[in-house]
Amino acid sequence: MDENIKYEKLRNIIKLYLPEDVSVDYIDIKSHLINDLNINSANLVDIVLDVEDEFDIMLENDDMDTMQTVEDALQIIDSKIANKNS
Amino acid sequence: MSRRVVVTGLGVCAPNGIGLKEFGDAMIHGKSGIRFIPKLKELKFGCQIAGEPQISEALLQNYFTPLQLRGLKASGIIYGVIAGTDAWADAGLKKAPDDRPDWDSGIIFGSGTLGIAKFHEAMLQVDEGQVRRLGSTTVIQTMASGISAYLGGILGCGNQVTTNSSACTTGTEGVLMGYERIKAGQAERMLVGSCSDSGPYVWGGFDAMRILPRNFNDNPEKASRPMSASAAGFVPGSGAGALVLESLESARARGAKIYAEVLGGAINSGGQRGEGSMTAPNSEAVQRCITAAVRQAGIQISDIDSINGHLTATAKDALEIENWSQALERNGKDFPIINSFKGLFGHCLSAAGSIECVASVLQFQLNKVFGNANCEDLHPDIEKLLPTGRIPKSTIDYRPNILAKASFGFGDVNACVIFKRVN
Repeated sequence: MDENIKYEKLRNIIKLYLPEDVSVDYIDIKSHLINDLNINSANLVDIVLDVEDEFDIMLENDDMDTMQTVEDALQIIDSKIANKNS
Repeated sequence: MSRRVVVTGLGVCAPNGIGLKEFGDAMIHGKSGIRFIPKLKELKFGCQIAGEPQISEALLQNYFTPLQLRGLKASGIIYGVIAGTDAWADAGLKKAPDDRPDWDSGIIFGSGTLGIAKFHEAMLQVDEGQVRRLGSTTVIQTMASGISAYLGGILGCGNQVTTNSSACTTGTEGVLMGYERIKAGQAERMLVGSCSDSGPYVWGGFDAMRILPRNFNDNPEKASRPMSASAAGFVPGSGAGALVLESLESARARGAKIYAEVLGGAINSGGQRGEGSMTAPNSEAVQRCITAAVRQAGIQISDIDSINGHLTATAKDALEIENWSQALERNGKDFPIINSFKGLFGHCLSAAGSIECVASVLQFQLNKVFGNANCEDLHPDIEKLLPTGRIPKSTIDYRPNILAKASFGFGDVNACVIFKRVN
């Protein structure tokens, strides 16, 4: 999958969970989901479920713990897709 | 410390109207909110009709963010948030600023069972070993206090924020609980109200008890027949009603419009003793509740000029009229004007008391007493006690001065509140 398409898809998922005063333009590859984007930590489980549905993968508990930034999420998605195809 | 408490805001999400204007018009003109529900037929319910607020996607977006709407299945929360935020705005109150709650405002917003459709979805996932797929809102949509929690966050209330639950008495009980808190000086404003989910999982248990009408599936608007000789059971309903209660000082200081004063009231139980049971009222308790309400309100039994009854359209309606008559020591032409709103929107269960309190208080503002639908064939036992005219068949022009509103519920519980016109 094209890296840009993957990033766009992830951005679209994250967008819904942004507080009202955080614009979608703030989302950057280095953004920390909680510290930079002010996403409610309770919503991280929802982001994981959306990612699973969008990319047809399944994340483990450890993956959820390491998914701190947008970049982390992309790496996890990559490795899961790679595992699935191997 | 004892202070006067007034109603300064109203909000409603009812089967026959959402918002005060639509609901008020529906009540004046006798517009029914009872409809045939295809899903109930599909599921082989005996009673395939119900009262359910008609909510469009566009309306939802006025009250909820896209994130809140994601996976929102708790209809009671939807109804309660609409009624509650409307009441707040109607009172001229603003949401608290982002950085500081409003310490003097609280919420008592009741529910019966909440988020049952969300619960159903969650149970299916749990049973399939998919607990990890539940998402973050299963708890907040299904906890009994979900509705007060949602409203508390939206409005930013910093006083007591809680949910009461006492079956079909819930909404009326909540009014009295909020009244007590303000009267005692513990809050300046209390948003009180209640909500009830809609759908087969809520109504199924009542259908199984065979206490819902089964012969009106083709004629839904005629099905709910309080005080009628042909009453065949209550029509299940749903929705929410909300009232902003406020200390008289706070209301006057804000220059708020005042709908009515809450003079007082009473809450009790028949203890499921004597003729009382889990599902049937103990008449002595009902009468004691009414007389205690009159006493607590500091009025005479002769001062009450209008009553909004519980009157669900079961065989117990005649007994309720008898209880009012005994408690107030009045009958015949001397009896107050009485109505039941359930003929138009059914029995909204845990939301019944609050929706009916909203309608009762609206009568003061509109200078009307709303008509009773579907009681052209008055029950003979009721006719014996009350000549026609005390039970208006359609809405009449009348200026109620002191109104008694009562609700009774499973568990043999009762609540009666007294509202007074404020000039």
